[in-house]
Amino acid sequence: MRFRTMAELVEIAETENLKISEVMILHEMDVMNRSREDIFEEMSRNLDVMEQAIQRGVTEDIRSHSGLTGGDAKRIQQYINSAPVLLSGKTVLDAVSRATAVSEVNAAMGTIVATPTAGACGILPGTIHTAAKKLNSDRETMVRALFTAGAVGYVIANNACISGAAGGCQAEVGSATAMAAAAVVEMAGGTPSMSAEAVAIALKNMLGLVCDPVAGLVEAPCVKRNAMGAAIAMVAADLALAGVKSVIPTDEVIDAMYKIGQSMPVALKETALGGLAATPTGRAHERRIFGTTDKSE
Amino acid sequence: MKYRTVFDIIGPVMIGPSSSHTAGAARIGRAARKIFGRKPKRVKITLYGSFAKTYRGHGTDIALAGGILDFDTFDKRIVHALDIAKEEGIDITFHPSDELTEHPNTARLLLEDEQGSVEVTGISIGGGKMEIVELNGFDLRLSGNDPVLLVLHKDQFGAVAKVASVLANHQINIAFMQVSRKEKGAQALMSIETDQPVGPDVQSEIRNLPGIDGVTVL
Repeated sequence: MRFRTMAELVEIAETENLKISEVMILHEMDVMNRSREDIFEEMSRNLDVMEQAIQRGVTEDIRSHSGLTGGDAKRIQQYINSAPVLLSGKTVLDAVSRATAVSEVNAAMGTIVATPTAGACGILPGTIHTAAKKLNSDRETMVRALFTAGAVGYVIANNACISGAAGGCQAEVGSATAMAAAAVVEMAGGTPSMSAEAVAIALKNMLGLVCDPVAGLVEAPCVKRNAMGAAIAMVAADLALAGVKSVIPTDEVIDAMYKIGQSMPVALKETALGGLAATPTGRAHERRIFGTTDKSE
Repeated sequence: MKYRTVFDIIGPVMIGPSSSHTAGAARIGRAARKIFGRKPKRVKITLYGSFAKTYRGHGTDIALAGGILDFDTFDKRIVHALDIAKEEGIDITFHPSDELTEHPNTARLLLEDEQGSVEVTGISIGGGKMEIVELNGFDLRLSGNDPVLLVLHKDQFGAVAKVASVLANHQINIAFMQVSRKEKGAQALMSIETDQPVGPDVQSEIRNLPGIDGVTVL
């Protein structure tokens, strides 16, 4: 039940007639020598933490220490409830608002689950909770969705990378978006290969995304990239469920992401030396927050 | 495989804002504290790469301090770790370095008190996962997930076999093992990741073997 690539994961799942989540659970039981109940219990606690972060983010007045972020999740929820027309629809905006909520709680040094990292922690909770509401999923389906997402993240982390410092934001928010897309496909009853297509479709739309945090903080543009990651994950899942396939196989998309990350300059990999961090306004925020002079290479 | 368990991906539960810079840093600090084995008086922390550039914004400083105070990644006291360290009489200083390191998120921690000092270098590899790559000048590869037995010993024949046979007698399986030495016949370090925990009785049995200078379990 060991897998290394998405192709192997899908092959095991489809020949054994198992969901991706089940393959991940069996793999975990085998590798870590733990019982199914034990593993399920730990993942269920992670889901609890995600729920609490969403709840905080959409109801409380979250404000980060720097003052750069906070309050947008609540703002989007109010818009959903009061706007006469929603251009992208309630489901997508719900996912966006919940992803924003968790990401804002993270920026304010609240408690979150790194999925796969803290910088990208909003996308998976936002999409899973929204899909669950839409599909009337039970709790077990939601916990299983975290295992499905975990399986995708496991492949990306072991074949490429998942941190902004190593591979840019495509590795961080990109991985989370791909993981979430696969997870909600399974929640909606899609096949393992549909989940893999959703991974490819989601990740290819994140390729090249740089990691350029203003003042080095996990806030701007991170919170909004979490918001948009959730939107991409939901739409990628729908495309895959519709039967749309990626021209480039999923594992090759992951490999392309890795190679793009390796060829990305250090200034664009979480060092706050380039991109949005190096704009006049980015630098002005940095001076206001830290009272320092401009950084240069 | 760098990542073994699904909970490296969906987890850890942690205080924001960055798994590499906050949770990973807290785990490096905590590992250093465990290796040192007691509360240090002074800690000099050198930060490299992205850690050096962005540590204040990411709370890397408070996370490392939290780890040195033995706090877990989700411990809310991390937010006030620098103040708590001061109250507990631990003097922690941070030194950003421009020196290039192999990994972008690297921290070198020198822990000291009147009894001695330990120097630990850790890297934060993403998603809250870290590795200790150097201890007192010895190269290491520790995942920080499995129990790790560190044995300082004299570089001589039979040393590794004796330690391994004690573990085997106690039905402890070796998952990964590495031996490093500075020069032939000098001091060497065995780092052994085990599937089962190594209890105090087994540790003292190893400590009493000839040629063993020190035993620590992480």
